[in-house]
Amino acid sequence: MAARAKRLIVALLVGTALACGRASPDQTTGPAPARRIISLVPALTEIVFAIGAGPQVIAVSSYDNDPPEVKTLPRVGALLDPDTERILSMKPDLVLVYGSQAELLNHLSRADIPTFRYRHGGLAELATTFRQVGELTGHLAEAARRSDEIERRLDQVRRRVAGRGRPRTLLVISREPMSLRQVEASGGVGFLNDLIQLAGGANVFADVGRQAVHASTEMLLAKAPDVIVDLHYTGALDDAQLQKEREVWRPLASIPAVKSNRVQLLVGDYLVVPGPRIVQAAEEYARAIHPDAFTSSR
Amino acid sequence: MNAGTTAAQNAAVAAARPARQSIRARLALTVTGFGALLVATCVLAPLVGSTPLSLVRVFDRTVPFADNVDAQIFFIARLPRVFAAALVGATLASAGVVLQALLRNPLATPFTLGVSAGAALGAILAITFGSAVTLGPFSPVPLASFAGALIAVAIVYTLASAPGRALSTSVLLLAGVTLNSFFSALILFVQYMADFTEAYRAVRWLMGDLDIGAFGPIVATLPLAIVSFGMFALLPSSLNLLSVGGDVAATRGVDVLRAQRLAFLSASLATSAAVSLAGPIGFIGIVVPHLVRLLVGVDHRVVLPASALFGASFLVVCDVVARTVMAPLEVPVGIVTALIGGPFFLWLLVRRG
Repeated sequence: MAARAKRLIVALLVGTALACGRASPDQTTGPAPARRIISLVPALTEIVFAIGAGPQVIAVSSYDNDPPEVKTLPRVGALLDPDTERILSMKPDLVLVYGSQAELLNHLSRADIPTFRYRHGGLAELATTFRQVGELTGHLAEAARRSDEIERRLDQVRRRVAGRGRPRTLLVISREPMSLRQVEASGGVGFLNDLIQLAGGANVFADVGRQAVHASTEMLLAKAPDVIVDLHYTGALDDAQLQKEREVWRPLASIPAVKSNRVQLLVGDYLVVPGPRIVQAAEEYARAIHPDAFTSSR
Repeated sequence: MNAGTTAAQNAAVAAARPARQSIRARLALTVTGFGALLVATCVLAPLVGSTPLSLVRVFDRTVPFADNVDAQIFFIARLPRVFAAALVGATLASAGVVLQALLRNPLATPFTLGVSAGAALGAILAITFGSAVTLGPFSPVPLASFAGALIAVAIVYTLASAPGRALSTSVLLLAGVTLNSFFSALILFVQYMADFTEAYRAVRWLMGDLDIGAFGPIVATLPLAIVSFGMFALLPSSLNLLSVGGDVAATRGVDVLRAQRLAFLSASLATSAAVSLAGPIGFIGIVVPHLVRLLVGVDHRVVLPASALFGASFLVVCDVVARTVMAPLEVPVGIVTALIGGPFFLWLLVRRG
């Protein structure tokens, strides 16, 4: 039932994305591939570089860190504060933006600058996004190749954990430092939920139709996850801090994951970006949820 | 204007005039009534939540605590929340009463003098820069918010006090309001520079949260709360006169400077502790005092204890609503206090009017 509902949601999302792609003429640049690209979405920046269109990028957002080549590129704001004037003055022929950046989209359409609107969706949309970006940048073949390779490697992860049961998994997206207050966990929608699924876990908040759930202490105890994947993707943590961060779970001793020492702290921004590094992320999640599936290879 | 002031003075003087028997009776009646309400809410609140609990299992000693889910939910998730709500509610409501009298302004709240903005700035810096500084049971964010609150208190107090003279209430008020705006601008700046998730976490902190998940921070906050409430207990008679004006109070034998200092420090310290524990939960500090005045009259000897007790019950109830009404999702408690308190207050106002 839940699985069917999810498939329906994913289908709807994909459908919407495709419908948008067809209906709005500003998403296609015609036959000539873009030569002066500005990306305001880190996930798309990574995709553009992964398919070999990196040299065509002239500016990125202030949140971009990856790949290393972006470090020397000009910054033109981000989700909430795009520097419209700067963007227009750079005379781009393609701007990759979030679907919610309505004001920027208005400015760009008045200036006749083609745009690609993006919204984070589920794992299933990643291949579509690769192909769309490939088409717009003139690297369709490479995009298809990279996307197929990602599919293949994700499938390897999926097969590796298959038949090992589905531990009930809590994915903590963020919380207050050194404390279990303000815990935000992955709900039953979105690519993080898809990744838990792929990595062989059963999301304890699968029944909540939102990307993120504010999980109270009571919910954490009541959901009783077998595995807790605790993400830390901003800032660096040293070993002592990691140890202290792991310790904060100890008082909730009735949670099976705490009792059996299966609270896994994962560190790194690649864990939450739906781009080409998703393969590493999927492997890390699978390793955290099914460590026994990886012992033989190490 | 003169006539109005004189009438208000007479009323306040009349309220302050020792009518011992009647005030004692009214105090006893009010404290019993509001006290019973608080006891009832505190007993019932831990029994309600998003998960059904078996009380038999909660108190089953044969199962080790570490294996007893029901007991862990009851003693780790619910009881600390109820106690925190009672403590924070009592503190914010009393601080509201004290500051409204001190500043002679019915719109004053515990947050008027910049305490909450200072606390928020501290909290947001800790969230954005991922502070790892802990002290005893306090995690980085509460610690930083307490430090921020104390800095705000120190700044406002220094600005408003001149040696040997009474605190200037207008300087207090203006300094507080300015500091609030200044700190708010700094908060927005830090948020603007921060990552998107950090900015979201900061916004969530501002909505208030009583899910403390341990008794440690509450117990560690108690000494400060007890000192503040001890100071509150010395205040009511002076507040009756201060709320009319410093000159009137002085002619009636009140040591104005001492009373003002006591009022300012007790209210500010108590608010700092409450905000660092649960975030700046709005509405209680302004609405509970007025609500209580509508019910029991204006004498601070009754209003202050009644507000503390009613503020505590009110926040306990709001938190129950926050964690059950949309379960498993939780509504931030600061939203609930305003959504329940606002209409209730207006209804009472209209009915009395």
